[in-house]
Amino acid sequence: MIGVLLAAALCFGTGARAEAIAIACGSVGIEYQLCKEGAEAWGAKAGHQVQVVQTPASATDRLALFQQLLAAGSSDVDVFQVDVIWPGILGRYFVDLRKYIDAPTVDAHFKTQVENNTVGGELKALPWFADVGLLYYRKDLLDKYGQAVPATWDALAAAARTIAEGEHKAGDAAMVGLVFQGKAYEGLTCNALEWVDGFGGGRLVDEGGKITLNNPHAVEALRTAAGWIGTIAPQGVLNYAEEDARGVFQSGHAVFMRNWPYAWALANAADSPVKGKVGVAALPAGGAAGKPTGTLGGSGLAVSRFSKHPAEAADLVRYLASPAEQARRAIVGSFNPTIPSVYDDPAVVKAQPFLGQILPAMKSAVARPSRVAGDRYNQASSIFWNAAHDALSGRAQPDASLAAAAASLNRLSHDGRW
Amino acid sequence: MRASLPHRALFGLAAAALLLFLLFPVYWAVVTSLKSGSALFAVDYLPPRPVWGNYVAVFAEQAFGRNIVNSVIVASTTVAVALALGLFAAYALSRVTFRGRRLLLYCILGVSMFPQIAVLTGMFELINRLGLYDRPLGLSLSYLIFTLPFTVWVLTAFMRELPVELEDAARVDGAGPFTVVVRIFLPLMGPALATSGLLAFIVAWNEFLFALTFTLTNRGRTVPVAIALISGASEHELPWGRIMAASVIVTLPLVILALACQRRIVAGLTAGSVRG
Amino acid sequence: MVAGPPRAAGLQGQAHRVRAAWLFLLPTLAVLAAVAGWPLLRTVALGFTDARLSDLGAARWVGLDDFAIVLSDPDWWRSVGNTLVFTSVSVSLELVLGMAIALVLDARFAGRGALRAAVLIPWAVPTVVSAQLWRWMYNDTFGVVNDLLTRLGLIDRPIAWLADDRTALAAVIATDVWKATPFMSLLLLAGLQTIPRELYESASVDGAGGLRRFVAITLPLLRPAIAVALIFRTLDALRVFDLIYVMTSNARSTATMSVYARQQLIDFQDAGVGSAACFLIFLVIGLVSVGYIAVLRPGFAAGGR
Repeated sequence: MIGVLLAAALCFGTGARAEAIAIACGSVGIEYQLCKEGAEAWGAKAGHQVQVVQTPASATDRLALFQQLLAAGSSDVDVFQVDVIWPGILGRYFVDLRKYIDAPTVDAHFKTQVENNTVGGELKALPWFADVGLLYYRKDLLDKYGQAVPATWDALAAAARTIAEGEHKAGDAAMVGLVFQGKAYEGLTCNALEWVDGFGGGRLVDEGGKITLNNPHAVEALRTAAGWIGTIAPQGVLNYAEEDARGVFQSGHAVFMRNWPYAWALANAADSPVKGKVGVAALPAGGAAGKPTGTLGGSGLAVSRFSKHPAEAADLVRYLASPAEQARRAIVGSFNPTIPSVYDDPAVVKAQPFLGQILPAMKSAVARPSRVAGDRYNQASSIFWNAAHDALSGRAQPDASLAAAAASLNRLSHDGRW
Repeated sequence: MRASLPHRALFGLAAAALLLFLLFPVYWAVVTSLKSGSALFAVDYLPPRPVWGNYVAVFAEQAFGRNIVNSVIVASTTVAVALALGLFAAYALSRVTFRGRRLLLYCILGVSMFPQIAVLTGMFELINRLGLYDRPLGLSLSYLIFTLPFTVWVLTAFMRELPVELEDAARVDGAGPFTVVVRIFLPLMGPALATSGLLAFIVAWNEFLFALTFTLTNRGRTVPVAIALISGASEHELPWGRIMAASVIVTLPLVILALACQRRIVAGLTAGSVRG
Repeated sequence: MVAGPPRAAGLQGQAHRVRAAWLFLLPTLAVLAAVAGWPLLRTVALGFTDARLSDLGAARWVGLDDFAIVLSDPDWWRSVGNTLVFTSVSVSLELVLGMAIALVLDARFAGRGALRAAVLIPWAVPTVVSAQLWRWMYNDTFGVVNDLLTRLGLIDRPIAWLADDRTALAAVIATDVWKATPFMSLLLLAGLQTIPRELYESASVDGAGGLRRFVAITLPLLRPAIAVALIFRTLDALRVFDLIYVMTSNARSTATMSVYARQQLIDFQDAGVGSAACFLIFLVIGLVSVGYIAVLRPGFAAGGR
C-alpha cells in the first residue's frame, strides 16, 4: 500500500502526465520495427505511452484508410507517416508543425522535401526519410563490354543493346537491357516524370497550377521510352512494379534497372546472384535540353488536427526525424536521411557507403505536382500514367496521348485553378 | 453394365486431367511457401529444400493468430444472427400465405445481389456512427447484407419441404406460430441450419472489401486482409513465400471443413435450385 | 392424418398467422433496411451531388452532372465492355466445364467421393488467395504457366499474361473459371442426381446413344438447375471486384464496373461521380436479374403448401 502511494506520489510529483500517443507508420518488417523502437524510446524518455498502429503495406491502400479515418474526424491516430505525395491530399487534416517545431530544426532538412510538404504556407509534415529514383547497372557487364556508365538515355540504349546482344550470343538468352516500372500505376508516374524532366520537359504542372505537360520535349521523352519496349526492355515491363523489376535484375537477367534505393541492400544480400556486381548512378539525361534527374519519394511525419495531444505528438515527430534517429535508421535499415549533415556522419558513411553516391541525386530530386493538385492529385496522376502507358504500349502516339492528357487535366483542374 | 475398356480409359484420363486442373495451383502454393529468398525467383516443381521459415514468420512477424481469432468471431457472430433471424423469416415466407410474399422473397434475395461497392460509403457512415469501426462486431453487422438473405433463402427452401401435417397437428393442440417454429420445426431443421450456417461462414470468412475498408488495426482485422497486407522489409517487397504460407494456413482448415461436410455443402448449395 | 377441422381457429387463426408472419419478418427487414436500404439510398442521393469523400457534408446538388460525366467517360464504357465480356465468357465456360465435370461425377466409379471432395477445393480457397496465387503463376519471368507452356513447346517467348492488353482479360477469366466451375458443377450435379436412372436405361434399350440420351433426356430435365446456376453465376460475375482488383488493380484492360466505381470513389475521392457509377451498376444488375427471371422462369413458384 505504501509502495503504491509512493509510486503515485512519484508519478504525480514529476508534474508530467503520461499521455497515450498513437502513431501509424509501417506495416511489418524492418520499417515497422525501426519505427516501434524509435517511438518507444521517445515514450520512455518523455514519459508517455506509445502505440504503433499497423497499416497496409501498399501506399494506395494506406492512403485510402487514412482518408477515411481523417474524414471521420477520428482521434484514434495522432501521428501519421505520410508519403511524399500526400501533404497535398491530406494537408487539411494536419496541424502546422512550424507552430510546434522551431525553424532551425525544420530548415536542417532537404529544401525540396520541406517545400513539398508545405501547403498553403503551413508545414504539414516533417521529412522523415527520402527516396529518389536511381539507375542501377551491372558493373561487371559494363566492364566486360567496355561500356561507360551512360549519362544520356541514348547512350544507355546503345550500351544495353550491345551488352544484351553479346550475352545472347554467349548463350544467355534471357538477358534484357533495361527494366523499370511500366505498369499503369503511381510508379509509372514517377518513371515517366523522370523521362519528361530528364528531357527538359518540365514537371507536368508548374508552380502556379498551369498544365505544362504537353510540350515537344515531353513528347520526345515518351517517344524515346516507347522505343525501348520490345527492343531493350521486355514486353512484360508494361506490368512491372518495383518488385517485378527487381526480380529480373537481381536474378541477373537485366543490365540496367530503374528503381528506388531500397533495392540496393537486397541486391547485395548474401543470397543475391548479383552481389557485389551492382553500381548505382543518377538517371540519364535526355536530348539536348536534358538533365539528370530522379523523382522524389520518401515519407514525412504529420500530426492530426484531431489529435488530443498535438504538442506531445509533435514532440514525437521531432524526435523521430532528429539527426540521431535518422542516422540509426540509415545504418540499420538503409532509410535515406533527409538531413544533409547526417550524410557526413562517419558511422553512417561506414555502414552505407552507397548513401554518399546518391546525395547529389537526392538534392536535385523532382517532386510530383501533388502539392498544387491537392486532393485531386490521384486523379491527375492517373491521367498522366494512363497517357504514358498508352504511349509505351503503342495504343496511342505520344503527341496524341499527351495532348489528350493535357485536355483532361485542364478539365479536372478547371484550367489550372485546381 | 460395365463400360468398355477404352471408355473407362478415356474416363480415367478425364478424371485425372480434372484433378490436375483443380489441384495444381494449390500444390504450387504449397511448394512456393516452402521456398525463401532468391529461390522464389526460379521455377521448381518440387521444393528444392523445404524451408519452414515462412510459416514461422507469418505468425511471428504479425499478429496472424489474432487475425484468425477475429475472423472466427466475425464469421460466427454474423452467421449466428443470420440463422436466428432467418429461421423466423423463413417460416413466414414458406408456411404462411399473405399478399406480397413473393415480392418480399425476391426483394430479400435482391439485397444479396447488391454490388458491395454500391453500399460502401453509406455502410461506412453507419458503422462509424455506431462506434463500431475497427471492431469485429462492426464487420459482423456489415456482413449481414449477404449472410441474412442467403440464410433466409436456404432455410425457406428447406422449410417449404416440411410436411403440413406436423404443423396442423401442433396447431390443433393450440400451439401458436412461435411455438411451431421453435418446438416443432427447429429440431427438424438441424441439417438445414448446419448447411446454410456453414456456407455463410465460409463466405463471411473470405470477404475482402468490407474487411479492408472497415478495419484499421489488428483489433478488428481479419484473415483475408492480413494476407493482403503481408509485406517484406520495405513497402515494395512482395514476399511470395510468406504470402503463400499464410494462404496455405488459411485455406487448409477451410478445405478440411469443406471435405468433412461436403454432403451438407452440396445440399445447401442446391437447396431451392432443384424443383422436384 | 388428424380427422376433424384442421384449421380449427378459422379466419381469425389465419389473420393471427399472417400477423405473426409479419412480426417474424420484422427483425430481418429492419436489419436489411439498415445495412442495405439506407446505404443504397445514401449512394443514390450522393450521385446527384458534387460530394468529395473527405467532406460528405459539404455536398451540393448538381442534378444529373455526375451521371453525364460517367456516361461520357470512355473508361466507364470500357469497364462496361470488360464486365460484359468477362461475364459472358466465364459463365459460358463455367457452364460447359461444369456440365462436363458434373457428368463425370455422376457416373459410378471408385474414388468418386474423393474426386467430388477435390472439386470443392478451388471454391473453398479465399478469393484473395486465389488471385494472388494465379498472379504469381502468371508472372512472365518466374511464373509456372509460362514455364509449362515453354516446356510443352507451345510458346517460344514468355507471355506477359497480365500486362498485355490482349491476354489480360483472358487470363483473369481463366482464374475465375478455375474458381467458380466447382460451384456450377455441384449445382448441376444435384440436378443430375434427381433424374431417374430408369429413363436412361429405357432409352438405351430403345437404341439411343450417349449423345442422344444427353440431349433428349438430361438437358430438358436439367433446365431448372441450369437456370438457377446461370442466374447466380451471372450476377456474381457482373459484380466481380476482388479477383480483378487483386490481380490487376485498376488496369483499364481488365477493369470492371465495380473497379471503376471504387477508383472514382476511393482513389479519386469523388463521392458524387463514384456514387453515380455505383447506382448505374445497381441498375444494370437489377435489369439483368429481372430479365433472367422473366425469361427463364425457374420454378421459384411461391405456391406454398
